[in-house]
Amino acid sequence: MDFLTILNNSAAEILSPSTAAFALATIGLNVHFGYSGLLNFGQAAFMAVGAYAFAIFTMQVDPTATLGWPMWLSFVVAVLVAIVAAVAFALVLGIPTLRLRGDYLAIVTIAAAEIIRFTVRTSDYSAVTGGSQGLRGQDYKGDITGLNPLTGTTYGFGPWTGTAYDTWIRILAWTLVVVALILVWLLMRSPWGRVIKGIREDEDAVRSLGKNVYSYKMQALVLGGVLGGLAGIMYVLPRAVQPDNFATAMTFYIWTALLLGGAATVFGPLLGSILFWVLLAFTGGMLSGLQQIGAFGDMSGTQAGQLRFVLVGVALMLLVIFRPQGILGNKKELSFHV
Amino acid sequence: MSETTTDGTAPTATHPLVDGEVAPGCKKVDPIVVADGVIRQFGGLTAVDVEHVEIPRGAITALIGPNGAGKTTFFNLLTGFDRPNKGSWSFEGQSLAHVPSHKVARRGMVRTFQLTKSLGRLTVLQNMLLGARDQRGESFFAALVRPLWRAQEQSNTEKADSLLARFKLDTKREDYAASLSGGQRKLLEMARALMSDPTLVMLDEPMAGVNPALTQSLLDHVKGLKDDGMTVLFVEHDMHMVRHISDWVIVMAEGRIVAEGPPETIMQNQAVVDAYLGAHHDTDLGTLTNQQVAQIHEAAEEEVPVGLEASATETTTTDAPAEPGATAHDEEGKR
Ligand SMILES: Nc1ncnc2c1ncn2[C@@H]1O[C@H](COP(=O)(O)OP(=O)(O)OP(=O)(O)O)[C@@H](O)[C@H]1O
Ligand SMILES: [Mg+2]
Repeated sequence: MDFLTILNNSAAEILSPSTAAFALATIGLNVHFGYSGLLNFGQAAFMAVGAYAFAIFTMQVDPTATLGWPMWLSFVVAVLVAIVAAVAFALVLGIPTLRLRGDYLAIVTIAAAEIIRFTVRTSDYSAVTGGSQGLRGQDYKGDITGLNPLTGTTYGFGPWTGTAYDTWIRILAWTLVVVALILVWLLMRSPWGRVIKGIREDEDAVRSLGKNVYSYKMQALVLGGVLGGLAGIMYVLPRAVQPDNFATAMTFYIWTALLLGGAATVFGPLLGSILFWVLLAFTGGMLSGLQQIGAFGDMSGTQAGQLRFVLVGVALMLLVIFRPQGILGNKKELSFHV
Repeated sequence: MSETTTDGTAPTATHPLVDGEVAPGCKKVDPIVVADGVIRQFGGLTAVDVEHVEIPRGAITALIGPNGAGKTTFFNLLTGFDRPNKGSWSFEGQSLAHVPSHKVARRGMVRTFQLTKSLGRLTVLQNMLLGARDQRGESFFAALVRPLWRAQEQSNTEKADSLLARFKLDTKREDYAASLSGGQRKLLEMARALMSDPTLVMLDEPMAGVNPALTQSLLDHVKGLKDDGMTVLFVEHDMHMVRHISDWVIVMAEGRIVAEGPPETIMQNQAVVDAYLGAHHDTDLGTLTNQQVAQIHEAAEEEVPVGLEASATETTTTDAPAEPGATAHDEEGKR
């Protein structure tokens, strides 16, 4: 068992573009649940909508090839298409449910996430969505690869070494995370954020003070959903589009990261996402190392790999019992749960 | 029993607030709220059935009645938190039927809740600031640019601080509202409602759970609202408060307006006594002799035509604030 490799692999997660994408989705969920009290159990679906809209637009329309657009324009427009798709998805979910009690949104988002996943998986649309195979990365990465200003072979140091393309995506994804964090920070210190937090506490009270609660909830749902959609793009830029990446498990990883870092804090989602992936990589490495030296008897490598999710579950339980507000959360804010 | 009503009281035929004769649903000289035929049913139960009522402008009006009379439901209907089965009502001459609750509040009709709704995980100051109207920083894009709303926020904060001082909450300014006591939350909710400079404040049991020493200063404060030109409508079970500060009293029972009048004489009105106590309210059923029981049955026999109604009102209430002197007198008059 090579302990150094395990540490190295775990440390690599800290700055990986996937962690950035995941953090972006968690920041979006934080806007929903942490600040607005919206129970969204379908954040993975927002990621799927963003990822597929981006990839499908790039592949089907391909403005660089067919219309002769410059690459940056094609890329920006593809991102805008993904944003529009995420907004539309948020509206479809929100219009019927946001006037009702909170649980309805929860049910509808769970169902909608599965509908999205089955729709893109079905072979009927495989000409467009690739069915259960998904979409090949090289089919939609043309523009972004062409835009890469880095020309060397490898960049970075230590665990954070990567190819020029990886580093380029890393820079993009983390820049987006920083922008999202600043956006959330600016909003939540403003009167807009105050209304949103008020709605989380008691809708009727906020209504009685003359605020249009429905409209504010919709704005929050759209904002968090757009962040989820952008996360989807960032998630598929380093890999291919795989429908099963956007399954319910992804949503619950995002929830775990949010609760770990601390809901309703600006940096909680970031810290939670990094810790979550580092811990997952570390326990995964340790478990397979231990399995290889025979510490688990007859257990196969795959079984040992599954064991880490048991550990994640136990860790989540301990967290909720001993630090329910998360790492960055304010004990006072959570302990008085009216 | 209804014919024999006002034996013991001098009937007040007119009043400066009233246009015409004083009666349930009477016209006011200058009404701010006018409601017509408002009916709200929950299944088979008619919680509110108000034929006509007018709330006088610039006055403090108390809405009283036994538990379950429909006062809170009527508040909910007026402020758009509930939809009536039928009816129309207006505020300052403009119809409010089908207007959503937040628009009602924006028009200057702001209410508080019987079960307090303080926003627990916001500080007391944040709670207050939420009450201010027309905040530029509450729109999504303006929120991102602080200079657009900083000055307004500053002046709102000053206003909030002065209100908090008046309600003796200034020491709690930075505390989470969830850490306040029940009474303090009532105060916070009232202060928050005042942040919007409403034209009409509707308070649902503002004094429930507030300590007596503070009650006095609050009463003065509510009176102060009237001096500032606001109209106040409040629900209250504490008759001391009702008598002390209200200019007009409206009595509800079983969803209907059963009486109206100035606070000095309203409790002598037989309809009010019946509403609160039912008939035979001055008899202690625990220590009856057989003879008394027989008498009651006889009396009940005579009341057969209205027997149904009488038995329905009998179910009420505990903290009955009627004047024992006056009511005993009435009962004697009957015999
Ligand atoms: N949401 C509801 N569903 C069913 N019945 C209701 C509902 N709200 C109120 N009621 C009924 O309507 C009647 C009036 O209730 P309401 O709360 O208006 O009384 P109230 O006059 O405010 O009483 P209290 O002085 O105890 O606050 C009661 O009989 C109550 O049971
Ligand atoms: Mg009530």
